[in-house]
Amino acid sequence: MASKTININLKIWRQKNANAKGSMETYKLDNVSTDSSFLEMLDQLNEQLINERQEPIAFDHDCREGICGMCSLFINGEAHGPDRAVTTCQLHMRKFKDGETIYVEPWRAKAFPVIKDLVVDRSAFDRIQQAGGFVSVNTSGRTMDANAIPIPKHDADKAFEAAACIGCGACVASCVNASAMLFVSAKVSQMALLPQGKVEAKERVLNMVRTMDEEGFGNCTNTGACAVECPKEISLDNIARMNREFLKAAVTSEA
Amino acid sequence: MSILDSKIPEGHISKKWTDYKDHLKLVAPNNRPKIDVIVVGTGLAGSSAAASLGEMGYNVKAFCFQDSPRRAHSIAAQGGINAAKNYQNDGDSIFRLFYDTIKGGDYRAREANVHRLAEVSGNIIDQCVAQGVPFAREYGGLLDNRSFGGTQVQRTFYAAGQTGQQLLLGAYSALSRQIGLGRVKMYNRHEMLDIVKVDGKARGIIARNLVTGEIERHSAHAVIIASGGYGNVYFLSTNAMGSNVTAAWKIHKQGALFANPCFVQIHPTCIPVHGTNQAKLTLMSESLRNSGRIWVPKKKEDAEAIRAGKLKPTAIAEDDRDYFLERRYPAFGNLVPRDVASRAAKERCDAGYGIEANDTNEGVYLDFSSEIKSKGKQSAFAAGNHNPSEEEIITLGKKWVESKYGNLFQMYEKITDENPYETPMKIYPAVHYTMGGVWVDYNLQSTIPGCFVAGEANFSDHGANRLGASALMQGLADGYFVLPYTVSDYLANEIRTGAIATDSPEFDAAEQRVNDQINKFLNNNGTKSVDYYHKKLGLIMWNKVGMGRNEQGLKEAIAEIAQLKEEFHQNVYVPGTANEMNPQLEKAMRVADFIELGQLMAIDALQRKESCGGHFREEYQDAEGETLRDDENFKFVGAWEYKGDDINNEELHKEALNYEFIKIAARNYK
Amino acid sequence: MALTGLFLCTFLIGHLLGNLQLFAGGEEGKRAFNEYGYFMSHNIFIKVLSYTTYISILFHAIDGFLLAFQNKKARPVNYAYNKPSANSAWASRSMALLGSIILIFICTHMANFWWKAKYSSTPMPLHRVEVSAPGSEQKQSLYLTTTGSFLPTEGLVIKHGTQIYAPEVNLKVGEGYKDLHSLTVAFFGHDKSAEGFPANEFALLAVVLYALAMLTLSFHLWHGFSSAFQSLGVRHPKYTPFIQALGKGFAVIVPMAFASIPIFLYLTK
Repeated sequence: MASKTININLKIWRQKNANAKGSMETYKLDNVSTDSSFLEMLDQLNEQLINERQEPIAFDHDCREGICGMCSLFINGEAHGPDRAVTTCQLHMRKFKDGETIYVEPWRAKAFPVIKDLVVDRSAFDRIQQAGGFVSVNTSGRTMDANAIPIPKHDADKAFEAAACIGCGACVASCVNASAMLFVSAKVSQMALLPQGKVEAKERVLNMVRTMDEEGFGNCTNTGACAVECPKEISLDNIARMNREFLKAAVTSEA
Repeated sequence: MSILDSKIPEGHISKKWTDYKDHLKLVAPNNRPKIDVIVVGTGLAGSSAAASLGEMGYNVKAFCFQDSPRRAHSIAAQGGINAAKNYQNDGDSIFRLFYDTIKGGDYRAREANVHRLAEVSGNIIDQCVAQGVPFAREYGGLLDNRSFGGTQVQRTFYAAGQTGQQLLLGAYSALSRQIGLGRVKMYNRHEMLDIVKVDGKARGIIARNLVTGEIERHSAHAVIIASGGYGNVYFLSTNAMGSNVTAAWKIHKQGALFANPCFVQIHPTCIPVHGTNQAKLTLMSESLRNSGRIWVPKKKEDAEAIRAGKLKPTAIAEDDRDYFLERRYPAFGNLVPRDVASRAAKERCDAGYGIEANDTNEGVYLDFSSEIKSKGKQSAFAAGNHNPSEEEIITLGKKWVESKYGNLFQMYEKITDENPYETPMKIYPAVHYTMGGVWVDYNLQSTIPGCFVAGEANFSDHGANRLGASALMQGLADGYFVLPYTVSDYLANEIRTGAIATDSPEFDAAEQRVNDQINKFLNNNGTKSVDYYHKKLGLIMWNKVGMGRNEQGLKEAIAEIAQLKEEFHQNVYVPGTANEMNPQLEKAMRVADFIELGQLMAIDALQRKESCGGHFREEYQDAEGETLRDDENFKFVGAWEYKGDDINNEELHKEALNYEFIKIAARNYK
Repeated sequence: MALTGLFLCTFLIGHLLGNLQLFAGGEEGKRAFNEYGYFMSHNIFIKVLSYTTYISILFHAIDGFLLAFQNKKARPVNYAYNKPSANSAWASRSMALLGSIILIFICTHMANFWWKAKYSSTPMPLHRVEVSAPGSEQKQSLYLTTTGSFLPTEGLVIKHGTQIYAPEVNLKVGEGYKDLHSLTVAFFGHDKSAEGFPANEFALLAVVLYALAMLTLSFHLWHGFSSAFQSLGVRHPKYTPFIQALGKGFAVIVPMAFASIPIFLYLTK
């Protein structure tokens, strides 16, 4: 790996806590290895800030391999930055130019209030999940044999592709309407595609969509931005499938 | 009797768990809502335990430091989960899984625990499928399997390279269901900072709300610690940035013994270190070893030329490549267990054949070109083309590789900016998993009554080395199928206890300990960041308590860590205040515990004068460089008892390991 | 939204087919267009359809405003730097704006034609034909009636818009056609007055604004057509590409055809 270093300017959202007013602050950082990930660059900036006795920047991160969904960041106008099919921890500094000014902001949505600096509260996603993102089966292990119901490979693969969602919230952050449809539809789709999930399909989609609306997410206008920015490339097929499931359930439900 | 009573039931190995379970005490459904249980950590073990206990009707409080339980690091497990289903009809059985796991662990795990694990492995798959976990399937609609290191059967169930994610999301969905029903109260962004004991029993925890900084008291009749492993003691590892030992270490300080801390798994296939600002290492799934061949150049001058950028690996002739795993271990080849593969790579790099141009030249090749050719040919034949051109073969082969490992190849390319379809991957071992952990008995209860430990946080099932695809199995087995029974047995005596007050002197004292530590850090006014010390600790650990250990190095490490501990506490600078979100403070508290644990790991490694599994003492190897176990003197679990601030004073307790059903032998993968 | 949107797409087709008759020249064209206009306002089925259309437009607009309002609320603080062009088409993000422009257009369009034809204080002139008796130089102006006969314009009066009465006996002698054709021609026509209609001195402006409105509609449909199918859950790897292509085609062809009418009229009349 031919390692190169660049110098960059950063404009970063700073906000003391949920109730404080925030603002964009400017920082300069030199000697950033192009092999560094974006978050390693922020580590480096924080180290610099700590050494200057300034308060380091709070940002969410954990696994640093693109799977936990904890990292976020709206970088240069895009969720998880300019690269495709990556989370911020997988975005590398080689995607930026020497001397470039990089804007770093938190996800912006009413349902994702800022906690501090670049950290937002995504617990709305958990509550949507709690409203129906499961199969109501007890964890006894005394179910039928795993191979008792064959599932067409195509369906299993589609279900997996939907289930690959990491719940990072990039879909909401990118959507002009701050809509959570891609996230919710991924879970609804996963379950709708599998025989195990079909039993509760109606209640699931109605409850999850209701909770989604209550949490204050916007409506889907099919701009497709979510799927483009999704680090796991979750397809718009899922939104159509959820719409189908929802219409079916809404028309046939007894309540 | 030693203070270590493993409570292993009598009887034949295949009957122990069933008989034991049948005689455990129960708590009647109407009594369960009167009982509180705390679960710390929401990975596979924690989520599954919290969900199961919530379902049973207990009042469960679950804690995780992440912003959602779904983000626990179990999510990052790639390859798969083992289960003795024998769907592939290749001779698998519960006994074989049991045997492979014991042997893979280099005969340092408890027979009874491991057999129980193998027994419930099939239920895990049934359970997960019922929950809607989308495992990979064959065209007939039945579950697919693949092969993993250290086994000669195909028993690994998987969901592309994201098996851990799918299993965790399954457990998370079960947990979410219980949260939605109000049976589990979830505390996100909370970190357990101490345990509270009343009359010797675990009665609650002190937790810090990571958003507000508030110190909270939570009481319960039992506490389950499922907080994962301690690989981050090395600073660089495949663990998540937040993975820490604090919960486990805090209970250790309050009386839970810590077992086999020196047993650490170094995973052979990770992306090599690139620079000093690197914060974490990325794993490339073990499943790649099904298709990739590991090699370094045969000639030193070739290795030097590669490092200097003057030679490309693809330009090295077949005869000038040393496929060292195939050479040394012809029977298992590239699929030897992880510890064996890692050490072999280190041996080559230490001898000067490493190919990575970083500070230490540490890196070897994982090459897919042979597989591309052979699978390309197969694909061509399958498509009816019996006379394919070289070009067609390569194109089809790449397509096959992409279908199997596409996401891993893409991940590799994103990180390294090199195309692994064209040039071999560069890999090197990295710290991945810790077999050691809190000592627990057969009930998964630590030496603190009422304090249970599950998943990677305990020491129980993997001995000195864990086989691939067994961590997921253990986490879910503990949470779904073991703890619900054993915790209930313990709680059967608590139905008359009533709610536990949090205003007792014990809670006061525990909270005071936490506040003192926080205040000390914030008022320390030092000059160096937490990471500065963490990196230093990591270097000592990697160099002296890493893949190869020797007496002198370990002694040096013990002294250096003691020194580092002093410096750290004197000179660390923690910005910010206590009453706000303060990631630096969180880190400082974790690193303080890592430093103490690091020292204990070195002490444990020094004490264990043998080589076994992931623990390789350079003094104890055979003529071919293989591990030399000493079953005469070290066939025991080494459990350490905390004896105050100086870790050198910890006292070793030994739990002898008896192998009644497996004939103990030298591990041989040749 | 999707249902009303798709219904309105079908309305567009109907409306366009009717309007295309304006291309037909001469007396025949004029007569056909005015007969079509009469049919559209007197057929019960068409009446139901047109009320459905009004309701659809209203619902589509109100629902659209509500959605836009909710969506605005869903992101109270905007990004300092946003680059949505990287992930989505401008039209898809601007449906509310485009829709609002179209709504304004619909209002002015209806004021220009529908209102004038129906409720204008000065009664709408009726369809007349100029005929001269054989051998005579003098032209006579006659009303065309719905039965196909002609009535002289002299000596008869118009009541209730289109009813032709003989004033002396106060007897309805026939019913005329509103001269929508001439209304249209005069509105867009190039500095020419048509029968009974004054020349529109702003004809050029009208033509330009109508063309712009159709461009707006084009963008609206460019996203809206296939989006409606997505919202209804109609998505399939085999058929969706076809629906999308159809949507794009529809979005270009239909508004272009609409816009071509005023341009044609402006240039030729």
